[in-house]
Amino acid sequence: MKVEAGHSTTSPVSIHDLTVAYQRKPVLWDVDLDIPEGKLIAIVGPNGAGKSTLIKAVLDLVPKASGKVMIYGRPFAKQRKLVAYVPQRESVDWDFPIDALGVVLMGRYNKIGWCKPVRKQDSKAAMESLERVGMADFARRQISQLSGGQQQRVFLARALTQDATIYLMDEPFASVDATTERAIVKVLGDLRSLGKTVVVVHHDLQTVREYFDHVILLNMRVVAHGPVDEVFTDENLKKTYGGRLTLLSEAADRLARH
Amino acid sequence: MPSLEQIVRVLSLEDYNTRVVVLGVMALGAASGLVGTFLLLRKRALTADALSHATLPGIAVAFMIMVAFGYDGKSLFGLLTGAFVFGCIGVLAILGIRHTTRLKDDAAIGIVLSVLFGLGLCLLRIATELPSGSAAGLSGFIFGKASSMVASDATTMGVVAVSIALVTMVLHKEWTLLCFDEKFGSSQGWPVIWLDILLMVMVAIVTVLALQSVGLVLAVAMLIIPAASARYWTSKITPMLLAAASIGCLSGWLGAVVSALVPRMPTGPIIVLICGLWFIISFIAGPKDGLIIRQLTRLYLNRRIAKQHILRAMWEVCESNAVPEFTVDSIVYVRSWNNRTVIRLLKKVSKLNYVTQLPSGKWLLTEFGFAEAARVVRNHRLWEMYLITYADIAPTHVDRDADMIEHVLGRDLVAKLELLLDATKIPQSPHAIGVTQ
Repeated sequence: MKVEAGHSTTSPVSIHDLTVAYQRKPVLWDVDLDIPEGKLIAIVGPNGAGKSTLIKAVLDLVPKASGKVMIYGRPFAKQRKLVAYVPQRESVDWDFPIDALGVVLMGRYNKIGWCKPVRKQDSKAAMESLERVGMADFARRQISQLSGGQQQRVFLARALTQDATIYLMDEPFASVDATTERAIVKVLGDLRSLGKTVVVVHHDLQTVREYFDHVILLNMRVVAHGPVDEVFTDENLKKTYGGRLTLLSEAADRLARH
Repeated sequence: MPSLEQIVRVLSLEDYNTRVVVLGVMALGAASGLVGTFLLLRKRALTADALSHATLPGIAVAFMIMVAFGYDGKSLFGLLTGAFVFGCIGVLAILGIRHTTRLKDDAAIGIVLSVLFGLGLCLLRIATELPSGSAAGLSGFIFGKASSMVASDATTMGVVAVSIALVTMVLHKEWTLLCFDEKFGSSQGWPVIWLDILLMVMVAIVTVLALQSVGLVLAVAMLIIPAASARYWTSKITPMLLAAASIGCLSGWLGAVVSALVPRMPTGPIIVLICGLWFIISFIAGPKDGLIIRQLTRLYLNRRIAKQHILRAMWEVCESNAVPEFTVDSIVYVRSWNNRTVIRLLKKVSKLNYVTQLPSGKWLLTEFGFAEAARVVRNHRLWEMYLITYADIAPTHVDRDADMIEHVLGRDLVAKLELLLDATKIPQSPHAIGVTQ
C-alpha cells in the first residue's frame, strides 16, 4: 500500500494542509488533523466556520485549493466503501415521490451495483436499519409525511445500511425532537461500541461533553482538537467563538438562575 | 362537425397520414412522459424550455451548412442534428453562467432562451433569403407541423420511445438517486455528472423529436405536463413514470385525432391543450393532494372533531348531573356553540343512535351513545395526562384520532397513565351513571 508522506495510516481520516475556498473567499485555512479511531468526535464552531465544508472536503464534494485528505492512508476515491455520509436534512426536497424505505435503500445502491434492481436482502438490511433508529413502523410512509426528526432518522438509517467504518454526519441534531435526539445518541453509542469512527458537525455546546469523546474546535482554522476533557475549555471556546460566546453564556447563566 | 364515417376512419387509422401522425405523437408522448418525470424531479423544467428554444439557430445553421455544401437543405436528419447540437449548447451555456457568475438559474435560463431564440429568428431570416434552396418550411419547426410527418419519422419516434423506456428502466435507480440526493450519490462514488449529462441528452433527443410535430415553443409542455399531472396520482416513482408515460401517450393520441377531425386545427397546440386538460383533471381529482381530496379530508376531519366534541360535551353534562338526560341549553352552557349548532350536531349523532329526543324535548344518551362517549372522554383524558407526563417525547406519539389509546401507546403505559389520572376522572363503565338514574 502506497502511503503519502505526512499522513498517518492508522488514522481513519487524516487531513493535511487543507485549504478550501469558495470563489475568492477561503473558508478553511491550513487544516491539519488526524482523527482518532473508534471515537465520537464533534466538530464545533460558529456559523460560517467551515464545519460542513470540512466534511464535504473529506468526501471530495468541494474542490480543495490545496492539501490532501487520506482515509486510512489512502485517497477517499479508493476508500469510499469505508465512509458513510449523513447530509444536512435541508439539502434535499422531501416532497420527492419516495417512501422512507426507498431512501434508506439508497445506502445499498453501491452494494447492488449499476443497473440492477433492489434485491430482497437489500430491503431486509434497510428495514433493520430503520429498526435501529426506531422508524420501522414508518417504512412505507411517504417521506413528506414524516416529521423533521423522523426525516433525520431516515437519513441516519440510510448511512447505517452502508455498514461503513467511518461515519460523517452534518448537523444530525439540528432542530430535531427529543425522541430523535435520543435515538441518534443511542445509535452513536452503538457505533462506538462497534469500534466505528463517527464525526459529527454539532451546534449545541451544552451537549458536547455528554455525547462526545473528542472535539474539534473550528473557526476557519482548527483552534484546538483532542479529548473533550482537555480541549473543551472556556479559553478555547472563547478563541473559537470570540466575544459572542461570552454574551451567549451570560444569557444562559441568567436564564438558569431564574 | 365531422361525420360518423370520418370519425371511424380517423379512429381506425385508415388514412396513411393520420396513422403516421397518431402513432408518432403517441410514441413521442410516452417518451416525453418518462424523461419528463426525471426532469421534473431534477427541477430542470425551465432548462428544457431554454433547450428547445435554443434549437432554432441550430436548424438555421444546419440548413445553411447543408446548402453551402450542395446538399438538400431540408434533410430532416441534418436539421435535427443541428437542433440537437444547439440545444446542448444552450444547456451548457446555462450551466456555464450559473457556475461562473453570481446569477441564479432563472436569470441564466432567461438569458440563454431569449438570446438563442433571437439568434435563431435572425438566422432563419438570412436562410430564407439565401439564393439557393428554399428555406420556406423551416419556420414550421417553431410551432410544429405534424402533417409534414412521414412513416420514417413515426418509426424513428417509436424506436426512440422504446430506447428511452429501456434506458429509464435500466437507470431507474441511478436517476432516482441523482434527482433526490446528488451529494450523497456523489459521496458514494456514483458519477452524478455523467448521469446528469445523460439525462439532459435524453431530454434533448425528445425535444428535438418534438420539434416537427409540437414545435419548439411548446415542446417543453410534453415533458413537464404529463409528469406534473402524474404526481397527483401517486407518491411512488415507478407508478409516476408509468402514469406520466400513459398521460403523454393518451394526450398525443387524442390531440392527433382531434386535429385530424377538425379541419385546420394545428396538432401541436391541440396536444398541449389536452395535456393541460389532464393536468386540470389531475390537480382537481388526483388522490395525492388533489383539490377534492384535500377538501374531503378537511371536511371529514372537521366532522370527526365535531362528533367527538358533542359526545364529550354530552358526557360532561350527564356526568355532572348524574342523569343521562340533558337539555340543549345545558350543552350550550358548557361549550361555545350556539343553539342551532348544538341541535344540528345532536340530530347528526341521533342518526348514529347515540342520542334520542324524549317527548319532553330533552335528549337522552342511549346506552350505545354512553359507550362511545365514555371511550372518547377516556381517550381524551388519557392523552392529556400523557402530554403532561411525557411532554418531551409526546408530540410525535400523540394520535388523538386512534380508536383506542392502547393501540398507539400500549397497555402498560396506559395502565400507568390511568394510575396517574385520578380514578374518578376516568369514565369506567358507561352504565355507572345509568345505575344512579
